Amino acid sequence: MPALCRDCLTRFETGARCPACGRPRVVTHDELFDLSIAHMDCDAFYASVEKRDRPELAHKPVIIGGGRRGVVSTACYIARIRGVRSAMPMFKALALCPDAVVLKPRMDLYAEVSRAIRAMMTELTPAVEPLSLDEAFLDLSGTARLHGEPPAVMLARLVRRMQTELGVTGSIGLSHNKFLAKLASDMDKPHGFSVIGRAETLDFLADQPVRAIWGVGEAGQEALTRAGIHRFADLRRWEKSALEARFGAMGTRLWHLARGEDARRVAPDAAPKSISNETTFGEDIDDPEILDGHLWRMAEKVADRAKAKGLAGRVVTLKLKQADFRLLTRRQALRDATQLADRLYRTARQLFDTVPGGQAYRLLGVGLSDLCPAGEAERSGDLLDPQAARRGQAERAADTIRARFGRDAILKGRSLR
Amino acid sequence: MKISIERGALLKAVAQAQSVVERRNTIPILANVLIEAEGSDVRFRATDLDIEVVDRAPAQVERAGGTTVSAVTLHEIVRKLPDGALVTLADDGASGRLSVTAGRSHFSLATLPKEDFPVMASSEYTANFAAPAPVLRRLFDKSKFAISTEETRYYLNGVYMHVAEGEEGRVLRCVATDGHRLARIDAALPEGAEEMPGVIVPRKTVGELRKLLDDDEAQIAVSVSETKVRFATPDITLTSKVIDGTFPDYARVIPQGNTRRLEVDAADFAKAVDRVATVSSERSRAVKMQMEDDRLVLSVNAPDSGAAEEELAVAYQDERLEIGFNAKYLLEIASQVDRENAVFLFNSSGDPTLMREGDDASAIYVVMPMRV
Repeated sequence: MPALCRDCLTRFETGARCPACGRPRVVTHDELFDLSIAHMDCDAFYASVEKRDRPELAHKPVIIGGGRRGVVSTACYIARIRGVRSAMPMFKALALCPDAVVLKPRMDLYAEVSRAIRAMMTELTPAVEPLSLDEAFLDLSGTARLHGEPPAVMLARLVRRMQTELGVTGSIGLSHNKFLAKLASDMDKPHGFSVIGRAETLDFLADQPVRAIWGVGEAGQEALTRAGIHRFADLRRWEKSALEARFGAMGTRLWHLARGEDARRVAPDAAPKSISNETTFGEDIDDPEILDGHLWRMAEKVADRAKAKGLAGRVVTLKLKQADFRLLTRRQALRDATQLADRLYRTARQLFDTVPGGQAYRLLGVGLSDLCPAGEAERSGDLLDPQAARRGQAERAADTIRARFGRDAILKGRSLR
Repeated sequence: MKISIERGALLKAVAQAQSVVERRNTIPILANVLIEAEGSDVRFRATDLDIEVVDRAPAQVERAGGTTVSAVTLHEIVRKLPDGALVTLADDGASGRLSVTAGRSHFSLATLPKEDFPVMASSEYTANFAAPAPVLRRLFDKSKFAISTEETRYYLNGVYMHVAEGEEGRVLRCVATDGHRLARIDAALPEGAEEMPGVIVPRKTVGELRKLLDDDEAQIAVSVSETKVRFATPDITLTSKVIDGTFPDYARVIPQGNTRRLEVDAADFAKAVDRVATVSSERSRAVKMQMEDDRLVLSVNAPDSGAAEEELAVAYQDERLEIGFNAKYLLEIASQVDRENAVFLFNSSGDPTLMREGDDASAIYVVMPMRV
């Protein structure tokens, strides 16, 4: 059976240890050198970057997240052993792991490391689809001739290079489509290399929980559970038409996924679907004036990002989390796409006014979706708000000033609340 | 209760009831129609708690009484019965079923007690007047396209019916707007309407009302209070809550100083707009109008999908103007014109444009331009 040493990249035929360097980090699979769709997922990315820069933290539990009231965005593997998980509220994480070192995320730094990783990946293939800062799909089909090595070797070389040059480790999932590659990368973390071949696809999937399906949210999971579908084997018993009748378009996808089929391409420049920003407060806030100030700042941040990307959107979403963790979301479609903080804020404010007042909130977020190019935005005015055009011009003028003299050169009084 | 009723009369009454009933309902009885028989007729009552419709039909009443059954199911059954059939509705009070019999067809439907059916509280109406059906039809048909669907601006989700000062005295006026276009339609003020409070008639009520207005000869009895509005024919009574909100001051939205005048045959114009808009790939299909020397050029330029241009002979004598609009909005206002030419009055390419039929100021439309 073909085998590859992940340390010295020697290819050989079957064996628990590498015949060349004698080390045991060997990956063996019948189809190892025939598969070309991969998913690369960095291991505890933010925490790894921090540990790399601060060696004294190497053997301590490290949690990256926002403040006492925030949630865990990444926990290092030492913290994970103690039960800390990402998205867990910080107080819960600290109860499990009181000696953890909690660090505020340094997104600029992570983005820089991420760019370096992305550059390494695009050296292997132009078909790189980043999912976030720390994970991406790669399609290495047809690159064996170019590199003189099959995809498996190039991927092993990629993670080795990430470790030596950037000091971060990653796990590779290698298979014949995106869905399976993503499942594979998760099987052997951290620093893993897993392969799901065509031959064992069906057997492998049978016992996997449907929870593993990427892109099925909580509501979707619940619907599956109600239908008595827990594992892929359950899913495979359903007729295609029955799944479609019950789950709509998702049903068709489920039917294919149950058979390990996923025809989605690795799309290098998948446009973003939404732009959003949210903040968890240090203490629950019920003062509408203060909430209004946050609303404006969130709207402004989203508008800034939309402007930077040359995008506008037609749907504004307001997200509120109550003190009891109940999540409220409200959305409003606009007739005319926007990228202006003024319109985002006003729409979000109208949505805010539709929820019953007097509530305390722990989180507030504003989002913009149904995106389109900026050229299609702000094309038509509002009869009932004749001042809107002037406010838009004022915002554009303020943007010009901020571009020249810095972000804080000019502010709305509202943003100081 | 036991009644016999002709299928056509039953279908008409039940059709109106089932369209008021909300399809997705959390309160089971709201899916039902209340059937009450007394004397020589039967009444069908349905509600969604905001709108109530009561339909009266002549019937042979063998045994007076009442019950409630699913409006949608009863409607489906009656719809599928043969034309001219005599339908018998009977409930024995004990079984909790309503039997529906027509010829050899027999149905037995689950009922809910009529006592549980919510009846809309009556209201003190401050104004009562009669208006001919064609007058109301014109007021609402010509304004309803501009009703907003934006839930955050709920006060725009209806037609604002009120008494206003027109050019030739007081009028009954309907206004609707969604912030992009506005329709303002006037009619002679009916006797008795002078004291009517202005009310916002919800979109759904406007739709239900339309079914009462097909008969050109009918007189509609209109009653208005601050919170409710009622429209009644001898057979059908439609009562609705009105939207609790303040309709914006629309008068300041209507441009007064637009002087550039374009006159065009509305049907030719609409067809041309529709044709050129075909190539537009965007959702907000923008059409450019260029006017100069009695010529109008309509064009669409969509980089991704193509371009289109069409020229129309029009009356336009002002200086050259280029202005863009959403094609759908242009089509909608052009289709309101049925007797004379459409007259557009422009200011600049960034200002609201006014449209009316010839020189008739009793129906005017305002539409916001769009950057092209």
